Amino acid sequence: MFGVNKRVLPGFGLSLGFTLVYLSLIVLIPLSAVFLKTSTMSWDELVSAVAAPRVVASYKLTFGASFLAAAINAVFGLLLAWGLTRYTFPGRKIVDALIDLPFALPTAVAGIALTAIYAKNGWIGALLEPLGIKIAFGPPGVLVALTFIGLPFVVRTVQPVLEDLETEYEEAAASLGATRWQAFQRVVFPTLFPALLTGFALAFARAVGEYGSVIFIAGNIPMVSEITPLIIITKLEQFDYKGATAVASVMLVISFLLLLVINGLQAWTARRTGRAI
Amino acid sequence: MATVAATFDARSDTASKFEANPATRDSAWVKYLVIGVGLTYFTIFLLLPLIAVFVEAFRKGAGTYFAALVEPDALSAIRLTILAAAISVPLNLVFGVSAAWAIAKFQFPGKNFLITLIDLPFSVSPVVAGLIYVLVFGLQGWFGPWLNEHDIKVIFAVPGIVLATIFVTFPFIARELIPLMQAQGRDEEEAAISLGASGLQTFWRVTIPNVKWALLYGVILCNARAMGEFGAVSVVSGHIRGETNTMPLHVEILYNEYQFAAAFAVASLLALLALVTLVLKTYVEWRSHRPVAGEQVS
Amino acid sequence: MSIEVIGISKTFGTFKALNNVSLNFPDGELVALLGPSGCGKTTLLRVIAGLEHADTGRIVLDGADATDKDVRQRRVGFVFQHYALFRHMTVFENIAFGLRVRPRRERPSEKDIRAKVNRLLDLVQLGWVANRFPSQLSGGQRQRIALARALAVEPRVLLLDEPFGALDAKVRKELRRWLRTLHDELHISSIFVTHDQEEALEVSDRIVLVNKGQVEQIGTPKEIYEQPATAFAYSFIGSVNEFRGRVDGDFVRVGDEKLRFQTGTFKNGQEVVAFSRPHDTEIVANPQSEDGVSASIKRILGTGAVARVELVANGEAREGRKEFFEVEIPGSDVQSLGLSTGQHVKLRGRRLSVFADQNGTQAAS
Repeated sequence: MFGVNKRVLPGFGLSLGFTLVYLSLIVLIPLSAVFLKTSTMSWDELVSAVAAPRVVASYKLTFGASFLAAAINAVFGLLLAWGLTRYTFPGRKIVDALIDLPFALPTAVAGIALTAIYAKNGWIGALLEPLGIKIAFGPPGVLVALTFIGLPFVVRTVQPVLEDLETEYEEAAASLGATRWQAFQRVVFPTLFPALLTGFALAFARAVGEYGSVIFIAGNIPMVSEITPLIIITKLEQFDYKGATAVASVMLVISFLLLLVINGLQAWTARRTGRAI
Repeated sequence: MATVAATFDARSDTASKFEANPATRDSAWVKYLVIGVGLTYFTIFLLLPLIAVFVEAFRKGAGTYFAALVEPDALSAIRLTILAAAISVPLNLVFGVSAAWAIAKFQFPGKNFLITLIDLPFSVSPVVAGLIYVLVFGLQGWFGPWLNEHDIKVIFAVPGIVLATIFVTFPFIARELIPLMQAQGRDEEEAAISLGASGLQTFWRVTIPNVKWALLYGVILCNARAMGEFGAVSVVSGHIRGETNTMPLHVEILYNEYQFAAAFAVASLLALLALVTLVLKTYVEWRSHRPVAGEQVS
Repeated sequence: MSIEVIGISKTFGTFKALNNVSLNFPDGELVALLGPSGCGKTTLLRVIAGLEHADTGRIVLDGADATDKDVRQRRVGFVFQHYALFRHMTVFENIAFGLRVRPRRERPSEKDIRAKVNRLLDLVQLGWVANRFPSQLSGGQRQRIALARALAVEPRVLLLDEPFGALDAKVRKELRRWLRTLHDELHISSIFVTHDQEEALEVSDRIVLVNKGQVEQIGTPKEIYEQPATAFAYSFIGSVNEFRGRVDGDFVRVGDEKLRFQTGTFKNGQEVVAFSRPHDTEIVANPQSEDGVSASIKRILGTGAVARVELVANGEAREGRKEFFEVEIPGSDVQSLGLSTGQHVKLRGRRLSVFADQNGTQAAS
């Protein structure tokens, strides 16, 4: 079955071989180092590293803020995707192109720019200050940064589905007497839902691991506004390699689970809409 | 996790079609409400930060701005950033093409699992990506003692930065090519072979021209990420000024030293890079979906 | 060039696509590989081309063993089902491809390439699309360009995979005739795969009927149509009335009724299936007649020279379905027999072909 000379197109052995070697050297072997290192720790060591109050507080912040940011993006991302596909308005092409900015803008740049805006002397921070709302240098800052970096995901998963949606469905709904809102709610939204959920999951997964944009705006106060990736860095800087690795392995396991969920969601989207994402 | 950014997608202009159809047209107030809310959100979260970078960069005048860019440490950071991208992008390009060739043109067991593994670096936190190389090459790591004996520095040195950059940009090109080449199938290659073309001729004359826009798209995204990566590089860099600082790390150092104008000046270069990336990306999307001149007959 | 296929088997996973197939394709003929989808005909074509390698067996081209030869060395022209035109090249460049990729020593000069491509474009009557891209052509045009591209390398044999499969009915018919004419001009040995019996019957010099990875019958279209060798051949080609029953002396017993058949070597009681073409089936107006299977008339179509009578079996519905029959009789018989819709009649075969009822292949007619 693997006889190379039995294949019509050449290069199977070479290309697959190179792929596997490169994948192993760059990704798999280094990643396995995390779990091997963690496995050398005793149970008590492990628990005290990953369940210390400061670390647990960081999980709560990281996952809580990531979830909330992804939810915000699900709502507004759907709105933007709808606006960009269904309406014509001046500047639409430019807005469409700029949606991907968070993918292209280095996270450190995003971090300092958001801090400049949301600090109490910044453009938006100054507006909110009199209302007693403080965003930068606290948990709300984390939320803002995570919302920024997750913004394109929902738009870009929902948009193609919306574009491919044949007008016939809504025409049918209208001919059967449905209002626009009913047509959206009962016909369009169920079609979009898997893609929306996929976008949400992608934004969430991205936010959980995010570091660069958050640390500038978060204030990084232990127990209050310290995210888990920062905990890893702090432990590393204190030469606590075991502690850093233990926390990293928790994050890795969660990443893998999210990857599985996302793969499942994408398969669902593909089945529902007949297109691959 | 930039799976979506990486989706190579046709985006034809369908908005006017929806607006012309009474069954899909929304009333004017819905339209302006949606656009209004959407654009406000867009402005607050995307547009203002982008503008802020340039405003802050020039806050102390053009003199300070350009001084910050030509300062030796800044120049060295720029050089290192370009070097890291110049090594990691070609390597990931070769990998991407090779992985896509194996996956799209041949059948073998475990293919879907392999595709998932290739996506893995997207779902790993950049900080963890840096950490794994510390565990392998750091003083406490697997090869640390040996490297130390032979006086080879990987961590807190340029090789570590390059490795971390390769890791975080690993899937970009592969995941552009794999779905496209899978969709294209093997017919054209088989036709070329049956007409007497050699393997290499088939690859250069048939396969590559068919995927060139996706390839370019992947390279553009890969390069943007390679030049902008912060978290992973931050872990392995050691932050030695003039030696192991990339541009994003240089921004951080300046910022933490309260040299805000200088920090934003360097940041503005990165923001420009991002804008160029978006322009190129939009151009490539447009080119790759532009119908060939002349009307469709079929 | 002659093509010999000797004992070819090919398995995909657990699916046996080809089971010990041996064939001889004579020189210069246009041969159809005909069979239902999934019967292995495309696999056989790809094995001959060298695009697929058989598990066992040999391919002999022009008397020389080509089994271990690469597709490039076999000098076969292959026309793909979905054309596989290079979408980034113009029509001209597509046709020139096979010439341009030759090693420098063997490569014709640019002038010769140009002349040859233009000649081929004229041959397929599409000179005016030379500078278009494949996406700008209609399906029929793409098909002809794919053929021109395959011919450019002067193949010893031309292999076409479902050449008209993706075209609409009208274009299909035109291209069929065109392919036949082209073949008569070029006389290059050609094999084409099709699942469409009409196509095979109309175009080819010879038909190879394939089923479940095996050859059922080889013959000219006339032979295949008039003397089907197996039960499968009978039911696959043309429309046919089918009666299942047991042998009882000179009769096939169908339920309580019986049909006389002429010759055969069956044991009494053997389960058989009897076939009769519509024009070889008779209607007996008297429902009490001893010989025949009872049916009732559903519709009578056609008032000209030939009338088509559709009938439905009277007895029990088998597997929940009533059996339908079709009979062609001279239009005048409708009058003389006094046939009308709803009438109960009996059917019998003038030339009943009887086969053992299994997926077997014994023939006796």
